[in-house]
Amino acid sequence: MKDHMNHDAYPDNYIRSILNSVKSIAMVGASPVNVRPSYFAFKYLAQRGYDMIPINPGHVGKDLLGKPFVASLQDIGRPVDMIDIFRNSSHIMPVVKEALTLDPLPKVIWMQLGARDDAAAEQAEAAGIKVVMNRCPKIEYGRLSSEISWMGVNSRTLSSKRAPAPTQGMRLSLNRMSVGGGDTAASDRAAKNKSEQS
Amino acid sequence: MSDRLPGFSTLAVHAGAQPDPTTGARATPIYQTTSFVFNDADHAASLFGLQAFGNIYTRIGNPTNAVLEERVAALEGGTAALAVASGHAAQVVVLQQLLQPGDEFIAARKLYGGSINQFTHAFKSFGWNVVWADPDDIASFERAVTPRTKAIFIESIANPAGSITDIEAISTVARKAGVPLIVDNTLASPYLIRPIDHGADIVVHSLTKFLGGHGNSLGGIIVDAGTFDWSASGKYPMLSEPRPEYHGIRLQETFGNFAFAIACRVLGLRDLGPALSPFNAFMILTGIETLPLRMQKHCDNAKAVAEFLAAHPAVSSVNYAGLASDKYNQLARKYAPKGAGAVFTFSLKGGYDAGVSLVSKLQLFSHLANVGDTRSLVIHPASTTHSQLDDAAKIKSGAGPDVVRLSIGIEDKEDLIADLEQALGA
Repeated sequence: MKDHMNHDAYPDNYIRSILNSVKSIAMVGASPVNVRPSYFAFKYLAQRGYDMIPINPGHVGKDLLGKPFVASLQDIGRPVDMIDIFRNSSHIMPVVKEALTLDPLPKVIWMQLGARDDAAAEQAEAAGIKVVMNRCPKIEYGRLSSEISWMGVNSRTLSSKRAPAPTQGMRLSLNRMSVGGGDTAASDRAAKNKSEQS
Repeated sequence: MSDRLPGFSTLAVHAGAQPDPTTGARATPIYQTTSFVFNDADHAASLFGLQAFGNIYTRIGNPTNAVLEERVAALEGGTAALAVASGHAAQVVVLQQLLQPGDEFIAARKLYGGSINQFTHAFKSFGWNVVWADPDDIASFERAVTPRTKAIFIESIANPAGSITDIEAISTVARKAGVPLIVDNTLASPYLIRPIDHGADIVVHSLTKFLGGHGNSLGGIIVDAGTFDWSASGKYPMLSEPRPEYHGIRLQETFGNFAFAIACRVLGLRDLGPALSPFNAFMILTGIETLPLRMQKHCDNAKAVAEFLAAHPAVSSVNYAGLASDKYNQLARKYAPKGAGAVFTFSLKGGYDAGVSLVSKLQLFSHLANVGDTRSLVIHPASTTHSQLDDAAKIKSGAGPDVVRLSIGIEDKEDLIADLEQALGA
């Protein structure tokens, strides 16, 4: 599986197993500016119960929603399950190389919406790390829990089971029994064409 | 099991709908409310800033409407959708995201008469300039492209004559020009044609027609294919640039492959206001559950009626792409193999007067200005839907004075043929 992951279209179970198993997430490039996507993804994931660690050398000494900024992955000083990289594609490789020096290694390296570096992904996967590229964990969490359906988004899941009533801050039902619910193959193809051109 | 893809009929029944978490209600509840209570001030601020998923006010989103949106997005193979008050509203909201005053869009000449009117007159007052092209002459689309072109608009099955558009050929023109292809899929419905599979970037519908299917509720919808890169050219600042309405958020950066649907919601629907009533959303959702059954019956009946008319001595010609002799039959076989739709035209040897006489003598067919109802419908476009056009434009759009348009319902085909026979023969 890890050798042949198709980074153009991830199976739901791959994403679901990652979001269900990781507990701590270090977010590289977390911003204290409250209109940046990294800020509200950080806030959303913290509200869903993840142990969030903001990484940004420019803000050491301050905190993000009560969590102190850390300068680098090396400075976290404790094991971390997932690294979520909020940087452009051109800045991915150094972060992955640093992640590969951690002991223990992270279980997952996640590159944000718009970010993709296949060479970096290959190195991480060779070390046994699961990789997700060009996705947002907030959107994927919302999609698989069907919370994002409030926005008219195709969650690509179907279920006849009653989900728990959502309340603020609870972990939504990521294990809601569901079957695949339609595809967005055209969008996946467009993303693949774009990454092949760049 | 989890990643198995369900079929179209399963999606038509289930997509977007799950048992209500609070009550267990299995049918989708009608959330007939204007507004939704916030958990606290921080939750309210997050929702208003587009930082959290949730409901604020029914002009921006509503849980019943959201089920309809997800269902149609799934049926079309899109990433997201936005339901609005009518098909016309869908067109305004889509183009508002794409065009600035002084910009152009290219539209197929063969369109619903109401769209021709909207594009020619209403949009002109916004400074959105339509440039017409001929869907039977793909090169006419290429010739129409200028540096100000922002989009191309076509119908998959074109009103009024039910002609089939070569979506793939026109999508190639759009891709080369670096603009999105918008396809109005109203007359086909996703059961017959899924334009996104053929290169459409945006699909719009009048839900009033086959999707709702019962002639009881107005509605429109916009489906985002998630295929277009809004930031590649700088031509689409509503999606690529920081939005002052939302503290500088860039929509494509934030929402990725469903940014267009979000733009339509938070910049279009929020500010222009053509929201769909949740009651109508419920009616349309109920209709969609039987779309595959109805659409096949519509098509099968239409083919039988078209064959009857083609053999009738009072009829000079029938335009139905499902007939082997029709000029669009090849395109119909490619794009709509299950059936060529249920809206088509025919011409009477007796001209304008014969058209008026036929309409007055029919007893089962209803004379009205709609299509895609369970009931069979008839209209004389030259004196109604296309009456705004001059004679030359009427003929060009397939609505000449001798033309009658039918929308075939799901009654027994023998009864429809008998009704036409008595009205034509007497």
